Amino acid sequence: MVPLNWYLMLSAVVFTVGVFGFLTRRNIIIMFMSIELMLNAVNISLVSFGHYLQDMRGQILVFFIVTVAAAEAAIGLAIIIALFRNKATANVDEMNEMKG
Amino acid sequence: MLPKLFFGYFAAVITVLSVLVVTRRNPVHSVMWMLLLFFNLASMYLFLNAEFIAAIQVIVYAGAILVLFLFVVLLLNLREELRADSYIGSWPAGLVIAMALLLNIGFAVSSFVPGFSGKYTIAYIQGETFTKVLGQVMYTEYLLPFEIASLILLVAIIGAIVLAKKRTRS
Repeated sequence: MVPLNWYLMLSAVVFTVGVFGFLTRRNIIIMFMSIELMLNAVNISLVSFGHYLQDMRGQILVFFIVTVAAAEAAIGLAIIIALFRNKATANVDEMNEMKG
Repeated sequence: MLPKLFFGYFAAVITVLSVLVVTRRNPVHSVMWMLLLFFNLASMYLFLNAEFIAAIQVIVYAGAILVLFLFVVLLLNLREELRADSYIGSWPAGLVIAMALLLNIGFAVSSFVPGFSGKYTIAYIQGETFTKVLGQVMYTEYLLPFEIASLILLVAIIGAIVLAKKRTRS
């Protein structure tokens, strides 16, 4: 039997890779994919909690997280298209009109 | 021994694929590695006795969300971005923050003690089938959050149309 902590560490590693990608990449689409990676890391830990603690609530939370991730992807990609229509770039360094 | 071998395979592949996703220069390559990552995640969920979660991982994440990403990457013309530097100038700061976070979560996980077990044992779930048990809990205990989730999807549909629509100047 694999210990629960191993799954939690795997989830932590994937989450950290997502945080690194979000903080350091210039391309806004890859930053957005890093957010999806972080959501998936949370899903790993929730499914393993549900399996090891013998409770269904972990899996139900995963269901809702998938719903929110789909909504977030739709809205976020629409925002990216609107941004690209104004600036014609996916580089976040050049999106600085709101600095004031 | 065999479960640990399987877990080692999944852990290695998922870690390597997630690093590949955030480090590729071309977004199309990132999307393709992410597709492979999601299939590996789905097989790991099967390994954790969560068949329905594995199915929605493949259908919703790989089938819907990644196709949406691929459409947007192909819609935008990203030739100039491929030549520019793909990391921000202060990327070591980001690396330090991420490593500190990993250390923090690692300490938290190593001192974690599991609480009481619930009533849904593996034998019970295998007798009733996973999807049936999930549906029974979701449509009784979690009915209101389920309705709210449908409202979130409605807001997402309307919001995506409004945001991506071309403004017509009158």
